[in-house]
Amino acid sequence: MSPEQSAPEKTGTDPKPDPEVHADLRSPVSWLPTVVETLAAIVVALVIGAVLVVLSDQEAIEALPYLFSYPADFFSASWDAISSSYTALVKGSVGSLDRLGTTLERSAPLICAGLGVSLAFRAGLFNIGATGQMVFGFLAAGYIGFTWDLPPVIHMLVALVAGVTAGALWGGLVGLLKARTGAHEVITTIMFNYLAASVLLFALSKDAFQRPGSDNTQSPPVADSATFGSVFDIHLGVLLAFAAAAAVWWLLERSTLGFELRAVGANPDASRTAGMNVARVYTVAMLLSGALAGLGATMQVLGDQASLSPTLAGTIGFDAITVALLGRATPLGTVLAGLLFGALSVGGVAMQASAGTPKELAQVLSALIVLFVAAPALVRGLTRLKTSGSGSTVLAKGWGG
Amino acid sequence: MSAATAVSDVGRVEVRDHADVQRQIKLVVVYAVVALAVLAFLLTTSDPTIWYTLDERLNRKENPPVEANGLFVLWPALAVSVVALALAALNRVPRDWRGMVLHLLVGVAFFAGFLVWVYADQERAGSIVMTNPLPGTVRLATPLIFGALAGVMCERAGVINIAIEGQFLMGAFFASVASSLAFNAEMGLLGGVLAGLAMAALLGVFAMRYLVNQVVLGVVLIALATALTSFLLSQIPNDPEIKAYLNEPLILPRIEIPVLSDIPLLGNTLFNQTLLVYLMYASVALVSWLLFQTKWGLRVRSVGEHPKAADTVGIKVNRVRWQAVLLGGVFAGLGGAYFTVGSTGSFDNGASAGNGFIALAAVIMGRWHPFFASMAALFFGFMWTLQSQLSFLDKIPGELLRASPYLATVIAVAGFVGQVRPPAADGEPYVKS
Amino acid sequence: MRLEIQGLTKRFGSFTANDSIDLTIEPGEIHCLLGENGAGKSTLMNMLYGLLDPTEGQILLDGKPVSFTSPSDAIDAGIGMVHQHFMLVPVFTVAENVMLGREHTRGLGVLNRAKAADMVRELSSRYNLAVDPNRLVEDLPVGVQQRVEIIKALSHNAEVLILDEPTAVLTPQEIDELMDIMRELKKQGTSIIFITHKLREVKAVGDKISVIRRGKVVGTAPPSTAEPELAEMMVGRSVKLVVDKEDAKPGADVLTVDHLTVVDPRGHQVVKDVSFAARAGEVLGIAGVQGNGQTELIKALMGLVRPDAGEIRLDGEDISRYGPRESLDSGIGYIPEDRSHDGYVADFSVRENLILDMYRSDAFSRGMALKLDAIAANADARIEEFDIRTESRESPVRALSGGNQQKVLVARELSRPLKVLIASQPTRGVDVGSIEFIHKRIIAERDRGTAVVIVSTELDEIYALSDRIAVMYDGRIIGTVSPDIPREQIGLMMAGALEGDTEKGTEVSA
Repeated sequence: MSPEQSAPEKTGTDPKPDPEVHADLRSPVSWLPTVVETLAAIVVALVIGAVLVVLSDQEAIEALPYLFSYPADFFSASWDAISSSYTALVKGSVGSLDRLGTTLERSAPLICAGLGVSLAFRAGLFNIGATGQMVFGFLAAGYIGFTWDLPPVIHMLVALVAGVTAGALWGGLVGLLKARTGAHEVITTIMFNYLAASVLLFALSKDAFQRPGSDNTQSPPVADSATFGSVFDIHLGVLLAFAAAAAVWWLLERSTLGFELRAVGANPDASRTAGMNVARVYTVAMLLSGALAGLGATMQVLGDQASLSPTLAGTIGFDAITVALLGRATPLGTVLAGLLFGALSVGGVAMQASAGTPKELAQVLSALIVLFVAAPALVRGLTRLKTSGSGSTVLAKGWGG
Repeated sequence: MSAATAVSDVGRVEVRDHADVQRQIKLVVVYAVVALAVLAFLLTTSDPTIWYTLDERLNRKENPPVEANGLFVLWPALAVSVVALALAALNRVPRDWRGMVLHLLVGVAFFAGFLVWVYADQERAGSIVMTNPLPGTVRLATPLIFGALAGVMCERAGVINIAIEGQFLMGAFFASVASSLAFNAEMGLLGGVLAGLAMAALLGVFAMRYLVNQVVLGVVLIALATALTSFLLSQIPNDPEIKAYLNEPLILPRIEIPVLSDIPLLGNTLFNQTLLVYLMYASVALVSWLLFQTKWGLRVRSVGEHPKAADTVGIKVNRVRWQAVLLGGVFAGLGGAYFTVGSTGSFDNGASAGNGFIALAAVIMGRWHPFFASMAALFFGFMWTLQSQLSFLDKIPGELLRASPYLATVIAVAGFVGQVRPPAADGEPYVKS
Repeated sequence: MRLEIQGLTKRFGSFTANDSIDLTIEPGEIHCLLGENGAGKSTLMNMLYGLLDPTEGQILLDGKPVSFTSPSDAIDAGIGMVHQHFMLVPVFTVAENVMLGREHTRGLGVLNRAKAADMVRELSSRYNLAVDPNRLVEDLPVGVQQRVEIIKALSHNAEVLILDEPTAVLTPQEIDELMDIMRELKKQGTSIIFITHKLREVKAVGDKISVIRRGKVVGTAPPSTAEPELAEMMVGRSVKLVVDKEDAKPGADVLTVDHLTVVDPRGHQVVKDVSFAARAGEVLGIAGVQGNGQTELIKALMGLVRPDAGEIRLDGEDISRYGPRESLDSGIGYIPEDRSHDGYVADFSVRENLILDMYRSDAFSRGMALKLDAIAANADARIEEFDIRTESRESPVRALSGGNQQKVLVARELSRPLKVLIASQPTRGVDVGSIEFIHKRIIAERDRGTAVVIVSTELDEIYALSDRIAVMYDGRIIGTVSPDIPREQIGLMMAGALEGDTEKGTEVSA
């Protein structure tokens, strides 16, 4: 211990030295390590992805038995496969203004749902239910969109509000269950996803949701008067997504509710002792989280004018979680991560089209990136990087018992 | 301080604590709902005749269905639920095993009444016969029980395992591949086990060596397993010859155990199943014995409750945790194998349909005890069987039926969780300072 | 067995916890290690027990150097430890806890519980430590749990027994019993290292007293040394062992509690029909050994736990059904017993923790928006006023020392007008300097007219601060006495052997 302060009338010994570096988000020097770690994670994931590309490439596989006699064949085939895949990935996502627009549009729902998951994380909750919340958003916004008849902007606003509210309610129900009964949200949100899928199927079997003149389980797309409208072929929902990110930032950092949310997420016992209503915070957090997921749903229904179908949600629920994790549960990080995964998704399709590499690879890449980001120690070990000491990215704890 | 407040009964005051009041309210509400439901079943059934058979599958020639008057079930069911409601209203429901029996009876009353209501009043009388749901229950509970055992092993040692669903997916896929390659169903089991072990190893490494938040890790591992199995599935070419090598597994046959399978009702349910089901019985017994009767089990539990205490007596905390997690992986792999080699055959995306999470719910409901978790899993298995049986009838829309196991899970988790205690160190990685 | 420590040093990065320690423990000796919180005693013992590796120096047993990579090495070498926070698995039985690590088996790894129980009974009678092998540890009172810890250490044939702050959870009578146990062990040849920060105890039972201060051994003294001298060695300057205060001027009853009863989730009545009143301008100290219902009583007062019967009134207003928010808003300040669990949010900054229960007030927020400037200004002011040692107001509270963390909580509660201040274990795990400061502030609050309720297991603190003392035992207040009461008597009350009040001239009776 360093010698005590010289003034004897001062009280208290020196503060315990803290081996961890406290990241002050205002100083670029301190968030640099996080950025470096994230980039390293992406690089490692790309390397593994490259291996998978080679494994899935016809030519490379055929050249494999001759690896030792004609190594050049294998390596050139591999290099071809990898470079064409990754080039297609990049070109397909950001290669042109048009592609960029598609990437932005694909990222918008990811950003919104990711914001929802991030918000829940900060309150100490795992919201795995983004899929289900989005389904309800689809149903509400879609129904208003293709059934009601309202003047243009109003129609869009009503559908938007409906979508957001529906998602909020489905999420809020989970929060209420947790608040009232302590039911762990991991299990309830996942069950709610399956329940939402059933509701979607049920709805699609009803005439009200049927696309006229078609036998498929597909709804009609929303009326033009309900869409977002677009600029340069990019629908304005993208702006909404960015606005939502700003709003979430303000909520978390500058508002009383955000203060409560963060406190409860970091230490629910101390928060409760300090007078915060933890149950209410959980409910509100899930309401907002669901609302953001509902907003994400409107991106697809009111922005892309997608029809409702059993597969509309896709893997977006899990994608939102990976976006939130990669984004360290912060609004800015979530936006960046959402853009990255949107790019991967769009690029993946292009990759399959031009290089023949299956688009599931993009999914695997996403999962790998998140795995490595969640384990900075592993990445550090693999790449011999010296970065900051802190471990887990997210505050949430175990079963909450 | 570690102490509980262990105070005596001296000076005890006559007071009704509010936890007791809440319990009574809960029981009254639940029993009232059941009683009202059974009453509704009674009142809305005009023709109470139902046809049933004790067979699992209807075989009109060998074992023709029997006609029965559903009122013989509905009235007693109503009586049971009303009696239970009265007991609850008077706060006389016992807290020990007799209370459990009462809860069970009410549950049986509800489901029996429900079944009668559902099968009665058919348009063409006797067209749809109620079949025996018990064998199906045991079968469909098998993966759930394996998953629950995996969950119990990991969590008792202090490692949260949310990734059971991912272990199921990988287990199902590699069981199918192994069985197809080896042209042998039992080899499929081995494939499943290896896949489960591999996922468990990933869980272990990231949880214990890289100290990743275990709930996050579980979710990510599931995403990885989903993506990986999807990717690998898409890699299998459509050429039927190659497909046969990779995704056309042999299915485990039914093995009838002589003598035991002749026991009326239970014999067919318990002893006319596949190898996987028999392995399941053995596993439940094994885990129960291991955890509570052996030295290793004591260490596993100590490491999950108070790893520091275990460390101070020389137990290698992480090594014990690894052993438990890996053993759990074996069970999870077997559970995953059920979805291909143990039932329908080829692997398809989403083969496990959320069973991994239901297994987790069973773990919580069973208070992290292998036997009780298995009982809870059995209940969920019953829900699955019921929903597939009832899909033939028109009374309840198919989508609602399909949702019923998930709904039951939510109700179970919401109703039970508040009162149970996970192992004290669950989810906390042990780091020596 | 002779235990020698030579030049033992432990560094954590740039921070030196133990600096070149030399110590010799002779066989059959009770050697006390005296030092205040944070002095480095636990670090030293963790090295002796194999939980930490020394950076420099060596440990010698009977002249031979030894090195421990884990506690099992230390146990094999004959060193046993009874930890301050018990290393017992609450849901296991006594026998299971004692045999953990060296389980008796019956082949195939099956546990032999009968044999383990017999072993416990044998040790129990040999050393006079009464314990039932088949009871669950979590059902046992704390004093008995400690006996289980001791039996556990002895079952491994410990020749040197380390007792780390064992008396924190004992009544004065149980402390005497523990000292008898120590003397008995000494007679049977076991050496004991007795770690404590309580002067009274080292003088009562020690053969030698080594004082450790900020990582260094500053001297070894005989038990005949006067307490003030020992205190000065511990802290490095002269220490006032008594708080300077004037007589209290008690006013009206501010907080009245009538027939309060609380039942725990397992159905036990942990607070039974408790009634008392806290008066303005007076410190009411609630004394009692940990685990007699004080925790639950305070939680009920604050609304963190719902009382099952009884009434609580603040200035006449019924607050029995108030939750923590309303209790705080109606003018109660609360410093919880377990600061890291219930007091502060470790990852939040000092600035944020200082308004953890006040961010809703008009001073710190306008509607939903936080007034960040006001919050920052408040933080600066409090840090100055309460002398909170922190690198900056943005430092996370987890980086502060125990004393400074506690000062954050004290600062937070005392920075608004209070009718009642409830402080539970206000100086647990806090260094002497901060203890003095916190005590001074508590008395200042009292002199301002606030009613103060202190709950403490440290009798010294109760005596120093209280104007009236209520003794809790077994969930009841069995007597309210004045601070002139002799320690023996209050000790008997804390153990339930004596009942009655000395207020209003009533005699204390057995």
